[in-house]
Amino acid sequence: MKKELTRQQYLDLYYFMRLNRAVEDTMVKLFRQNKIVGGLYSSLGQEAVSVGTAYALEKKDWLAPMIRNIGALLVKGVPPRDVFMQHMAKYGSPTKGKDGTSHFGDLEKLHIVSPISMLGDLIPVMTGVAMAGRYLGQKIVTMTWIGDGGSSTGVFHEGLNFAATQKAPFVLILENNLWAYSTPVKRQVPLENLADRAKAYGISSYIVDGNDVVEVYTTTREAVARARAGEGPILIEAKTFRRLGHAQHDPAEYVPKEMRAYWEARDPITLYEKFLISEKLLDAKSKKEVEEKIDTLLAAEREFAENSPMPPPEFAETGVYCTGDECHKIRPQWERPIAEVTPPKSSVKAVWTVEGFGSGKSSGGVNAPIHFGDTKNSLEIPEAEAAKKNGSKASSKPPAKKPEKTAVTSGASRKARR
Amino acid sequence: MAETNGTQITFLEAIKQAMFEEMERDPAVVLLGEDVGVYGGAFKTSEGLLERFGWERVIDTPISESAIIGAACGMSYMGLRPIAELQFIDFIVCAFNQITNFVAKGHYLWNAPAPMVMRGPSGGGVHGGPFHSANPEMYFVHTPGLKVIYPSTPYDAKGLLKAAVRDNNPVLFFEHKFLYRRIKGEVPAGDYTVPIGKAVVRREGRHLTIVSYAAMMHTSLEAAEALAKEGIEAEVIDLRTLLPLDEETILQSVKKTNRCLVVHEDTKTGGIAGEIAAILCEKAFGDLDGPLMRVTALDTPVPYSPPLEEYFLPNAKKVFDAAKELARY
Repeated sequence: MKKELTRQQYLDLYYFMRLNRAVEDTMVKLFRQNKIVGGLYSSLGQEAVSVGTAYALEKKDWLAPMIRNIGALLVKGVPPRDVFMQHMAKYGSPTKGKDGTSHFGDLEKLHIVSPISMLGDLIPVMTGVAMAGRYLGQKIVTMTWIGDGGSSTGVFHEGLNFAATQKAPFVLILENNLWAYSTPVKRQVPLENLADRAKAYGISSYIVDGNDVVEVYTTTREAVARARAGEGPILIEAKTFRRLGHAQHDPAEYVPKEMRAYWEARDPITLYEKFLISEKLLDAKSKKEVEEKIDTLLAAEREFAENSPMPPPEFAETGVYCTGDECHKIRPQWERPIAEVTPPKSSVKAVWTVEGFGSGKSSGGVNAPIHFGDTKNSLEIPEAEAAKKNGSKASSKPPAKKPEKTAVTSGASRKARR
Repeated sequence: MAETNGTQITFLEAIKQAMFEEMERDPAVVLLGEDVGVYGGAFKTSEGLLERFGWERVIDTPISESAIIGAACGMSYMGLRPIAELQFIDFIVCAFNQITNFVAKGHYLWNAPAPMVMRGPSGGGVHGGPFHSANPEMYFVHTPGLKVIYPSTPYDAKGLLKAAVRDNNPVLFFEHKFLYRRIKGEVPAGDYTVPIGKAVVRREGRHLTIVSYAAMMHTSLEAAEALAKEGIEAEVIDLRTLLPLDEETILQSVKKTNRCLVVHEDTKTGGIAGEIAAILCEKAFGDLDGPLMRVTALDTPVPYSPPLEEYFLPNAKKVFDAAKELARY
C-alpha cells in the first residue's frame, strides 16, 4: 500500500473516505425515517474507488459521477447538504427538486456534468468536454465512471472508440463491483479482466485493487498525467465489490455468503486505517478528531437539508429552455490564441494522406454528384429537358401572392396528376 | 423580410453558406459528423469547410451517432457551439437516447444549456428507400427541451440555421433533400437570421387554410394555384418551426378562413396534423365550418420502388381533392 505521498495526501484520502461513508450512513438513517423520496444507492465498500480517482484530478478538471460516486463529488467540493437535499427532493438542492440522487452538476465552478440513469451516455459527453478543453487550450482532463454492467452498452463502445480516435484527454474508471443489479459479471462479459476492453480501442489500461485507496490514487494520478500529456484516453479497471443490494430495497440474497464475507474482510477503510496506524500517520486521538469533525459537519449539513422547503408545485413548469443571455451567458474560456483556429492559420489541405501511398484528391466541388439528391423522377425528365431546349425558365408556377421570392425549378414540385 | 440585393442560390448552397458564415463569425462553432471533412459531406453541404477551418473545427467521426451527439453535447457545455451532422436524418434515431434523455433534459434538470445543432438530410421523393427517406421529426417534437426546425426555402434554411447555431438550446434542423438542388431562392448579401418559432403565410386566401412545411409546402402552393383556377383561394402557411409551434399564425388564419387542411410528408398517425387539430378544437372550435382534414403520407414505412413511393407520398392532386372537399362545408 505504501507509496510516496505527502502526509496531507494520506490524510485527505482518509478524511474523504470517512466522509463518503458517513454521508451515506446518514442517508440510510434518513431513508429509514422516510425522508428520502426515491431509491437510495449505496457505495459501501467502494469508497476507495470514488475518492482515490477523483483525488487525482486538478481543480480545473471535469468529472461526471455515476450513482455510486458520492465520494468523488465530495472530493470535487460538493457540500454534503447538496447530496442530502438531492435525495430528499428539496427546493434547496442543486436541481431544486427536479432530479434526485447524484444527478446534478455544476458547469460554472466545480466542473461537474450530471449523470443520467442510462448508462454509458457520459462517455461520449466527457469525450466532447475533453475535446473542447483541448480546442480551447485549457489543458484539462475529464473523467467518468462506468460499471461492469454499463460496459456492455453500445454507447460505451461508441464513446470510448471515438475518444481513442480523437486521442481525447479522458480517463475512464471501470468500477468492476462484480454485480449488475442481480446478475454477476461473468454472465455479462466473457472476460477475466474488463480492462482487456481497452485493447479493442488501442488505448492504455490499468488494473487496480479497488479497495486499496493508495493504489487507486497513485495509478489514477499517473493515468491523468499521461492523458494530460496527450497520450489519449486511458481505462482503469478497479476491482471491488458492491456490498449492499442494487438499492435499499434489494437484500441481494443472490450474492453467495462466502463472497460477501471475503469482501467484508477487505473493507477499504479498515484496510487503510491499519496502514495509516502502522505508518504512524494516524492514532486513536487523530482518528477521533476526524470522526468528530465529520459528525459536527454532517449534523449541521443534515439540519440545513431537513429545513430546506419542498419546491412549489408550479416550479415544475419552469426551465425547459434557456431563454438567452439573461438566462445563461455562454462564452468559451479561451486559453490559446484564437488566431490559431481561424483562417488563415486554420487552413489546411483537405486530403487524407495514407502512409506509404501519398495523398488522394479533394472531392469535386459544388457540382459533385450527391447521394440520392440528384435522382430525377423519370416522369419529370422529359418536361425538364423540353424546358431546357426551349430556353425557357423552368416550369415553375409562381403563386399569386408571394411574400418571399422562391423559384421552383423544374421537377421541384411533384406533379399533380389530374 | 430583409430587402435583398442578393442572388438566387439552391437550398443546399444556403445550408453551406450558413455553416461557413457562422464558422467565420464565431470560432466557437465547430462541425462534426461522418465524412464531413475531407469528403465535404455526402451531400456536399460542408464542402470547403475543412480547407478553411482545419482539422480541429471540422471533425470526421466514426460511424457512431450516439458518440457524435454525446460529444457535441459535451462541447456545448464548454461554451462551444457544435453542429453535429447526421449523414441521413434517418440515423438520428441511433442517438435517440442521447438526444431525448441527455441533451434535451439538461437545462430543465440541472440548469445546463446545450447550445448545439443536430442537422441532416431528411424526407422522401428521391427513391432513397425506407432507411434514407424518413421524416422522424415528431419523435423529437414530443420531447420538451428540443427545438425542431424544418424549412422549405433557401432564405429560411440559411436564416434559421444561423439562428439555430446562435440559440442556447439544442436544435434539430431537418433539411429536405428533395429540395437541395431543385429549389432556388434569393438570399440577401449580408448576415441575417430568421426567428425560430415563427410560421409564415406564403400565400393569402380566404376560403381555407393549408398548413404545411418543408417539401410539402411547395406541393401545397402548387395545389393552391390549381384551386385558384376553380375560384377557391387557399391561404398557405409554412410552419418552418415545429417546436415551438407558432399557434398564433395558425389560429389567426383559421379564424379568417374557418377551414383547415394540414399537409405533411410525415406519416399520418402521430403527425403534427393531429396536434394542430387539437389546438384548433381547444382554441378555435367555434370558428370551424368543417372538420380538420389531413393529407399525409401513408402509415407505412417509406417504400423504395417509384410507383410505391409516389402512392405513399402526398401530392398536389391529393391536396387539391381534399381542399375541394373541405371548401364545400
